[in-house]
Amino acid sequence: MTVQQVIEQDTPPTDPRRESHARAWRAHGVGFVVKVILMGVVNALGIMAIISALSVQSWLLVGVTTILLIAADIVYFTRRALPLKYLMPGLVFLLVFQVFVFGYTAYIAFTNYGTGHAGSVEQAVDAALVQGERRVEGSATYPLTVVERFGEYGFAINDGGDVRVGTETQPLQDAGSASGAEAPASVDGWTVVPRAQLLTDQEVQAAIEALRVPVSDDPNDGSIRTRDGSSGLVYTPTMLWDADARTITDTVSGTVYTADDTTGSFVAADGTRLPAGWYVNVGFDNFLRVFTDASLAGPLLSVTVWTFAFAIGSVVISFGIGLVFAIVFNDPRVRARKYLRTLIILPYAFPAFMSALLFRGMFNAEFGVINDLFFFGSQINWLGDPWLAKAAVLWINVWLSFPYWFLVCTGALQALPKDTLEAAEIDGAGKWRQFRAIILPLLLVSTAPLAISSFAFSFNNFTVIYMFNAGGPPIPGAPYSLGSTDILISAIYRVSGVAGGAADYGLASALSIIVFIVVGIISAIAFRQTRKLEEYQ
Amino acid sequence: MRKIIGIGVAAAASALLLAGCSGGASPDEETAASSAELVIWTDAEREEAISAAATAFEEETGATVTLVQKNFEDLRNDFISQVPTGEGPDITVGSHDWLGALVAAGVVDTIDLGDKSSEFEPVALEAMTYDGQLYALPYSLETVALVQNVDLVGAEAPATWDEMIQKGIAAGTERPFVINTAGETGDGYTMYGFQTSFGAPVFVQDASGSYTSEVGMKGAQGEAFAQWLHANGSAGTGYLSTTIDYDINNELFASGKAPYTIQGPWAISSFPDVNVAVNPIPSAGGEPAAPFVGVQGFYLSSQSKNALLAQEFLVNYLGTEDAQRALYEADPRIPAWTTLGEEVASDPIIAGFRASSQNGVPMPSIPEMGSVWDFWNSAEAQIINGADPATTWNQMTTDLEGTLAG
Repeated sequence: MTVQQVIEQDTPPTDPRRESHARAWRAHGVGFVVKVILMGVVNALGIMAIISALSVQSWLLVGVTTILLIAADIVYFTRRALPLKYLMPGLVFLLVFQVFVFGYTAYIAFTNYGTGHAGSVEQAVDAALVQGERRVEGSATYPLTVVERFGEYGFAINDGGDVRVGTETQPLQDAGSASGAEAPASVDGWTVVPRAQLLTDQEVQAAIEALRVPVSDDPNDGSIRTRDGSSGLVYTPTMLWDADARTITDTVSGTVYTADDTTGSFVAADGTRLPAGWYVNVGFDNFLRVFTDASLAGPLLSVTVWTFAFAIGSVVISFGIGLVFAIVFNDPRVRARKYLRTLIILPYAFPAFMSALLFRGMFNAEFGVINDLFFFGSQINWLGDPWLAKAAVLWINVWLSFPYWFLVCTGALQALPKDTLEAAEIDGAGKWRQFRAIILPLLLVSTAPLAISSFAFSFNNFTVIYMFNAGGPPIPGAPYSLGSTDILISAIYRVSGVAGGAADYGLASALSIIVFIVVGIISAIAFRQTRKLEEYQ
Repeated sequence: MRKIIGIGVAAAASALLLAGCSGGASPDEETAASSAELVIWTDAEREEAISAAATAFEEETGATVTLVQKNFEDLRNDFISQVPTGEGPDITVGSHDWLGALVAAGVVDTIDLGDKSSEFEPVALEAMTYDGQLYALPYSLETVALVQNVDLVGAEAPATWDEMIQKGIAAGTERPFVINTAGETGDGYTMYGFQTSFGAPVFVQDASGSYTSEVGMKGAQGEAFAQWLHANGSAGTGYLSTTIDYDINNELFASGKAPYTIQGPWAISSFPDVNVAVNPIPSAGGEPAAPFVGVQGFYLSSQSKNALLAQEFLVNYLGTEDAQRALYEADPRIPAWTTLGEEVASDPIIAGFRASSQNGVPMPSIPEMGSVWDFWNSAEAQIINGADPATTWNQMTTDLEGTLAG
């Protein structure tokens, strides 16, 4: 350090507080302008998000966005909290893309959300009423006009030459005669609602859609409703909703369906349910089902065992192959090493799902190249035999991931301290001894954390399984038709039922949380072991 | 002080930006208040045809129609999950076998075709009817049929499975017949015509034709079909094989290595060099072969804020011969509009599929059907691969009944 520098450091700056570029007008001042513009953009986007959240009445979103926006303004306009200024964007992304997603999955895992339990109670009631409203058999279709008086809407129909008018409370009554078979053009004492307004005003549409005009004083005669605003049909409701008792009564059969908030369904005394239910909190039911439902627990256990075998096998074998290739191609005696290395990493550059699809064809027992070329055209049923299918899936995953280990090991080998190896050679250690005592331990220190992440990736490698053979061949008698190469994540996809149309998102979320916990625990243990490795070193 | 200026400038900048955004948006909003918007979900094939009907509708009513293009496979689940949140469309294109799930989720509204209903093929309306209520405007039918290579076996339809195999062997090709089993997955859909010819429907139909949740393929008829699968699988003649998937099937047929296959109209374009004839599926078990008929149509959201407008568009604009013709031209499937169906039947290929569909039954749309496919497909694959037919088949029906009960 020169004398000059020491003096400069010791002299206090001329300005008692050095200001950052982001608030200084002196010097350039550009930094401040940029910051103000950026914050303007952030605020504008935030306010827009809040307004649109308000318009769809999503209060949670309004609250979170407001808090985040205020926090952003405080952080960037205060003199303090310097670290937060750097951390804030990352934290926001973490919150939105990690914490929220996980929280939402956890929330779904405690509900029965899925087909048949997709909306709220009101929507389930609506659905039951809609599904229960029947057209009176053999009834006519009447030309119809929507009319209005003192803010109350009504229907005017042409009933074979007679104009009849009514409202929700007032059954149809005669109001003169009409010419021809057209809908009444004008009705005395009523204002005709123009068709353009009818079709374009959402409030009017909702009112007309909900309007039922009784045909007569006897409710059994049904009521007129219109679906398009120009024709009226006679309908009778077969489902009656009692909001106080929370029951739906089927007027045809007399069955009473009671709202059951523990299952989210309308249930009758004999156990039958209405098709549409709503989603409710079911507590730990989904988690309990995984462990107590014998038909689910057994196959899931075998799937879990295979998942571990698949993930560990993929990592260990591809690491081994990658390491061997790395050592071979690291030897200066090998010619054209650059080109050979490029060739080896090709599988890594090819999209995994395409490879899996191609392999599906190549492993075909009758038409596949693998049997044709390597097994002299014998019909080995790779995709149909559980063990062969497992071997094939493992083979594909190794083929896809060994180039990664080749790259990593090549890098790690080149970073090994040359002097240590030379010292070992001088001490008389052979190649094998050098590898075992020096190269491998040093290599493991740098690659073990990568092996753990690779394990977690293989553990959840849905693409390969699904694209290659969709988990097949099926295990006879397994629930959800689980297959013998299904790993946990593809089993969850089957259990969720999304592909078949009868989705059970609650159960699938519960399963995915269990998988998350398993992977988390294994990673934690493995990282501890890795740290020990470093200490040993 | 400077801090206050800073906040002031930032506020001014955001106000400016907001004004900039809303400056463009506010005239739209004003018109939006007086002209409603219909949002329609569609897949790529039908987008253009719908937009033709939408243009006429926009001109006459002043409403705007927004088409949102999605993958056909995503439509059902997205519709079920988004309608309850209010984010869904007013109308979506869909397949009739989604109906049970849509009804259970409470996301579809009934529609009333009024006098128009007589214009549609009865099987199309039947398929879109659930528990006595019509839920969608149908527009096309699709089914599988026997596709044959005229140059190898002539255009004449074989009456039975045995007759077809005889003719196929006589043609001297690599295989007498080829059918897609979706590889190891199994394909109950394509095989269903043969299954029904043994009198083993997947679910029992009641007197009105509606499906009940009673499994119909158990018992002696189902076992007979399983025996047939086994006898023609890898342990028997080998005409059925789990090495054949959709692409291999089409490749074998297109290259003339098999003179017969069971395929739908969607695969015809894969056989550009083959002189094809389309006939009803021959019977393997003695009874008529009834393949599944699928119907495509337009569903109306139960949470639509423009219900009147949407009904108007469905019934009076899409439910016309011109619109149905435009849909046919955009995506040629058998029309559900009867007169149009008769018109396009001058094409012998369409006529063949139409004849096959008239033998067919609607694919069940009850929610229970979602649980059937996996069990059913995999049991068929296992039997074709040589598993014991009766045991495997009965195990499958037992598991299925267990799942449906639970």
